[in-house]
Amino acid sequence: MNPTAIPDRVRLSIYRTMLLIRRVEERLCALYPDQEIKCPIHLYIGQEAVAAGVCARLRKSDYLVSNHRSHGHYLAKGGGLREFFAELYGRRTGCSGGWGGSMHLADPELGLLGSSAIVAGGIPIAVGAALAARMEGRGRVAAVFFGDGAADEGVFYESLNFAALRKLPVVFVCENNFYATNSRQSARQPLDNIYRRGRIFGIPGFRLDGNDAAAVYAAAGRAVERARRGRGPTLLECRTYRWKQHVGYQEDWEGGCRPARELSCWKKRCPLERFGRRLRRSGLLTPARERALTAEIDRRIEAALAAARREPSADTIECDGGD
Amino acid sequence: MPWSRIPVDPLETDRAQRLRAEGRRTITYREALREALEQALDTDPRVFLCGEGVDDPGGIFGTTRGLQDRYGRERVFDTPLSENGITGVAVGSALAGRRPVLVHQRVDFMLLTMDQLVNHAAAWRRMFGGRLTVPLTIRAIIGRGWGSAAQHSQNLQALFSHVPGLKVVMPATAYDAKGLLLAAIADPDPVVFLEHRWLYDTVDEVPAGAYLVPLGKAVVRRPGRSVTVAAISHMAGEAEKAARLLAERGIEVEIIDLRTLRPLDLETVLASVEKTGRLVVADTGWRTGGVAAEVVAAVTERGFGLLRRAPVRVACPDLPTPAGPELEKAYYPGAAEILRAVEGLR
Repeated sequence: MNPTAIPDRVRLSIYRTMLLIRRVEERLCALYPDQEIKCPIHLYIGQEAVAAGVCARLRKSDYLVSNHRSHGHYLAKGGGLREFFAELYGRRTGCSGGWGGSMHLADPELGLLGSSAIVAGGIPIAVGAALAARMEGRGRVAAVFFGDGAADEGVFYESLNFAALRKLPVVFVCENNFYATNSRQSARQPLDNIYRRGRIFGIPGFRLDGNDAAAVYAAAGRAVERARRGRGPTLLECRTYRWKQHVGYQEDWEGGCRPARELSCWKKRCPLERFGRRLRRSGLLTPARERALTAEIDRRIEAALAAARREPSADTIECDGGD
Repeated sequence: MPWSRIPVDPLETDRAQRLRAEGRRTITYREALREALEQALDTDPRVFLCGEGVDDPGGIFGTTRGLQDRYGRERVFDTPLSENGITGVAVGSALAGRRPVLVHQRVDFMLLTMDQLVNHAAAWRRMFGGRLTVPLTIRAIIGRGWGSAAQHSQNLQALFSHVPGLKVVMPATAYDAKGLLLAAIADPDPVVFLEHRWLYDTVDEVPAGAYLVPLGKAVVRRPGRSVTVAAISHMAGEAEKAARLLAERGIEVEIIDLRTLRPLDLETVLASVEKTGRLVVADTGWRTGGVAAEVVAAVTERGFGLLRRAPVRVACPDLPTPAGPELEKAYYPGAAEILRAVEGLR
């Protein structure tokens, strides 16, 4: 999709979302060594265009199911920053009351039904939300984010089959970052064709540049519209790359997990930088505006972080009867 | 199918005739389940029913027969053989406001669903700070008998009862089957509802209207002062048979039907043990790490001073279920084993 065909308001909003995710994740990188945050973090830096592009097509009432790498999805769906940091700090005021941590973010008010840290575990749940949406009949759709590792799992195919069988309003969004922890896609899958794996069920699939927010926005728009009109599911394979370790704030090429050159290549295709460049070229983003936007986001982050630090820890364990 | 023709205890037939003669409304366990489903579908538009074979002519041993014709394919539907995936679908629909009832023709198939059941359904409410609930009912049938063997007759209640966030129910009578199923569907949490095939033709007085039997409450089936027998599902009836024989010898057995295994109604068991000082727990499942072991442990922990003798478990041997009829006979404990256990405590 020609980025200029996207309304200015939407383009700015997508950029703002990507920038927010990037700044939050970078803040976490700086903060994490202090060990104030005592839970594993799976950072989203490098993949921002996928969450931002897809969520820009979702309504507040649409359902979303996420995975262990959930920060970007939560923020793109509109999740509160204060509840986000509070959750990472194990606070009572966290979006999951301190019980979930970084891997388990949810906001039922925003249709974010949760995030599963079992690979592919959220996929059938999104299909179930789509089934409920269809039964309800108000045109809601469901979307789910998962990685290339999830395409190894049986439940992925079970979910595709059922969604196709019932023509459910669900959009399957695979963020193919080519690694399941440190295992390369090519070591696990004979063919590099995730986008085609819905075809045997009659599900259209598309491969796209997951570092191009405009491309993601365009493809997600068609998929969401198709779902909303009762035409059934779509599978999107967004090819992208995670810059940091599978879990943690550092890069992992030094440890031999991945070639340094691979990372530097992908950094040149930074989704934020690419989209920003287009916005600057079209005059939508001036240096002053960009500075103001960054400052505003950073201010919100610091305020949310300060609040999270002050808030009381979740520390009460109450069992249900018999628990 | 021949293997679904489970012999009905003659005493059950007598009981049914007596109840009918008294003008009571009597139906079978399977009819009670069907009635509960029908009333749930009638009462609550959020309820839907799915599972492998819910719409086939047999209708899951008759428990879902005719429901698709009445409520349509959107609310009552067959599913692909994707047990884990469909469990996830049910979880997702529950999170989005529906009240799914998922049925498995055999409990054994639920082992394919452990990821969605344990990692997802059970954990979800707590994992998200209580902001989301999974009102999901999973019915599953224990297919004892007729050579069903190791993969079609297992009693896996202890596995499910181990998991915080799940509720586990095993009704022993038609009355409880209906009231507990309606309570399970009404409950905000995932409930595993285990039905023993040998109970399907048992008859009980069952009110025509909808009613709830509360989850987490045991019931005293027979009062007695000598020995407490806490029994589960099919074993409640076996305990009754043993108790009748023992009564002739002057041993008064108090039978507690646990009904819900999680949360366990320990108070009712303790109150009985306080009276009798002796405890036998009769389970339909395996001995090691079983529900009977849990009941014995909990009673010992909380009521050690009440016990005059060491508690006894009556349970299946720690072996996969055999197929041959004589092997089956040797494998399953019943009234005779309960009777011996009680006598051993005198």
